[in-house]
Amino acid sequence: MSDSPAIANGAAVAEHHEHPPYQRHHFESVEQQADTTNFAMWLFLLTEIMFFGGLFTAYLILRNWYYPAFVEASHQLNIFWGTANTAVLISSSFTMAMGVWSAEMRKKGTLVLCLVLTFILGLVFLGIKTIEYKEKIEKHHVPGFHYSLQSFTNPASDPEIYKEYHDQPMALDMARHTELYFFLYFAMTGMHALHMIIGIAILGFMIFRARAGAYTTGHVTFVENFGLYWHFVDIIWIFLFPLLYLISRHQ
Amino acid sequence: MSSTIVSLPDQSTARIPKTNFITKENGLLSWLLTGDHKRIAVLYLISITFFFFIGGSLAGLIRLELLTPQSDLMATDTYNKVFTMHGVVMIFLFLVPSVPATLGNFLIPIMIGAKDLALPKINLLSWYLYVVGGILVIYTMVSGGVDTGWTFTTPLSTHYVNTNVMSTGLAVFIAGFSSIFTGLNFIVTIHKMRCPGMTWFRLPLFVWAHYAASILMVLGTPVLAIAIVLVALERTVGIGVFDPAKGGDPLLFQHLFWFYSHPAVYIMILPGFGVISETISTFSRKRVFGYTAVAFSSVAIAVFGFFVWAHHMFIMGISNYAVLVFSLLTMLVAVPSAIKIFNWTFTLYKGSITFETPMLYTFGFMGLFTIGGLTGVFLGASGTDIHLTETYFIVAHFHFVMVGGMLMAFLAGIHFWWPKITGRMYPEKISQLAAVVTFIGFNLTFFPQFILGTLGMPRRYAAYPPEFQVLNVFSTAGATILGVGYLLPILYLTWSLKYGEIAGSNPWQATGLEWQIQSPPLTENFIETPIMDHEAYDYEWLDRQKAKEVTSVG
Repeated sequence: MSDSPAIANGAAVAEHHEHPPYQRHHFESVEQQADTTNFAMWLFLLTEIMFFGGLFTAYLILRNWYYPAFVEASHQLNIFWGTANTAVLISSSFTMAMGVWSAEMRKKGTLVLCLVLTFILGLVFLGIKTIEYKEKIEKHHVPGFHYSLQSFTNPASDPEIYKEYHDQPMALDMARHTELYFFLYFAMTGMHALHMIIGIAILGFMIFRARAGAYTTGHVTFVENFGLYWHFVDIIWIFLFPLLYLISRHQ
Repeated sequence: MSSTIVSLPDQSTARIPKTNFITKENGLLSWLLTGDHKRIAVLYLISITFFFFIGGSLAGLIRLELLTPQSDLMATDTYNKVFTMHGVVMIFLFLVPSVPATLGNFLIPIMIGAKDLALPKINLLSWYLYVVGGILVIYTMVSGGVDTGWTFTTPLSTHYVNTNVMSTGLAVFIAGFSSIFTGLNFIVTIHKMRCPGMTWFRLPLFVWAHYAASILMVLGTPVLAIAIVLVALERTVGIGVFDPAKGGDPLLFQHLFWFYSHPAVYIMILPGFGVISETISTFSRKRVFGYTAVAFSSVAIAVFGFFVWAHHMFIMGISNYAVLVFSLLTMLVAVPSAIKIFNWTFTLYKGSITFETPMLYTFGFMGLFTIGGLTGVFLGASGTDIHLTETYFIVAHFHFVMVGGMLMAFLAGIHFWWPKITGRMYPEKISQLAAVVTFIGFNLTFFPQFILGTLGMPRRYAAYPPEFQVLNVFSTAGATILGVGYLLPILYLTWSLKYGEIAGSNPWQATGLEWQIQSPPLTENFIETPIMDHEAYDYEWLDRQKAKEVTSVG
């Protein structure tokens, strides 16, 4: 008689502590866990903004000081590839958002498809970036490695660009500052590409897990948080594109 | 009225609880792969004590060299390396993680009634990053050191010195991420993991102080990271962003660096403020006076702290208007700091004050921090700054704040929570002696440096004119006493692990949630999720609890 309430209590406690395998023991509920990791992701993105912020500050100051050099140096960027990459990245954000949605709707097939599409679009972005970097290397526009000023002191020597913009030759001391522009170009797009590479690696891992059905059980925190990261990397590019490619295109 | 509030259980029957976070699992791996915030805190405590020992030995070498006016103990460039490594070790490997990563890690989840920090794996990762950073610093020292000063100022660090800037930079970069993860974890935990009834204004002030420090860690440290990346690129590739010859600007480095490194001094001191709020309340048996003001002043320091960085650059060639504005903003930070000191003092007023070791350190903190803070006002005023900057005055100023303030607070906290962490008391008499020795040694070491600074002795030189020798001898003598003061706790705290008296769950009769559970705590901290039904520092609630216990036992 005296035992039974205790047993009943024990059973109630056991029931209370029963939770899905993806809930970590120190959280009270799955909602709290999802809420918490989500908040942590936002904070992490905040630190990322501060990290990129240093580069943006450097860009702002140097562009104000050496505006003519920045204009002519930005004429060297290929606006076609830049625009194409912007489109690719925005599409990848769309497929990623669809991925999160299909995880929430527990559609495994659609989720895998969306993740694979995002993965491919990410690779396409990096491919195009490689083409652009290759152009810069061929023209000796990589700062620090036999950097060449010829395209700026004598624009006519660079017929492709000259045909389009008819840039005036710059004095040597201003032309030298194009190297700073290209440093910023490589640092900012390089840092961005590094984030893309990390993102693509995680995507690869997620595709495997998604095929095993890991994200279509109702617990979508991981997909959701990765989505935040992916959109963040996208937004960084949305700032980089006008700042680097579109400085006074028609001057 | 008794002269102590310590109430220990009957030593003949008392035992350390058999099940606790230390005994739950055994073996090295159970520590190295743990997710338990308390175990990670202990790991941190051991590693920062190790680096404190290294940094302290380097300080000893510096003081020994300065005993005589000539540079005779070591060559001048060796001296440069020694003070650089002293700075790097003490700032990035001791002061920044000191209170948050040890006491904060241990106590924040318990104080808010949670089972663990929100992200245990990230917490463990942060310790590993710290260790990797520490190993890189040791590698730097063994392979020849670095002599830029801890500030890595360009163009010295990028163009002129050929020492291990890269490995030190990498070490600081990695240790920085360790601190970002700690801060991120704290913010998330404090927002999302509070137990029922634990509203923001019931949080202990220790938690508020850590919240403010975490904001700084999360927002400031990434800027340091990018500044270091740029220095590394400038050194290896020659990108020109800090190089005037290519159109860059060395001042840009200082802006980025101090944008982190000024808030970093608040990262270092704010958790110390948190400790003081706890001890001062416990040992004067009163709720902290002006709880809300103290809580918000922490946040105000965090916010203002982001807008004063250029006061490190008054003589570096920033414009006069910038000097004016930053000088004014610097004065503003004095306001929330003063609010804290005044409120602690009012807490003492009509309190039942007892003088256990943590309280002795707390008094030391209040005096020394006040001097350190007020001399900061001299330096924030641009006129006096031009005379005093780069002299021993500034060295004395930041050692008063960091060593006199933060280290005192750290020791206060370690003694205060030692019974909670280990389940055993430290020996009271000898630790009171250590606190007094530390205070005397500290003043003897650093007060003469204020005078040296006003007389014009520059910092960062191995040799000095002979007329400064008397004060330098005082300072070195004081450093010896200070060394004894720091060695004593290491010895008797280790001793107490085995021979200390059993502390019981609440030796101080304190009100925090951490004192209502067994010492050392269980792995999951609480047997069942606590419900907070009273304000922080409510001593009447504690009395009612005790009365209830007595009647239920009776």
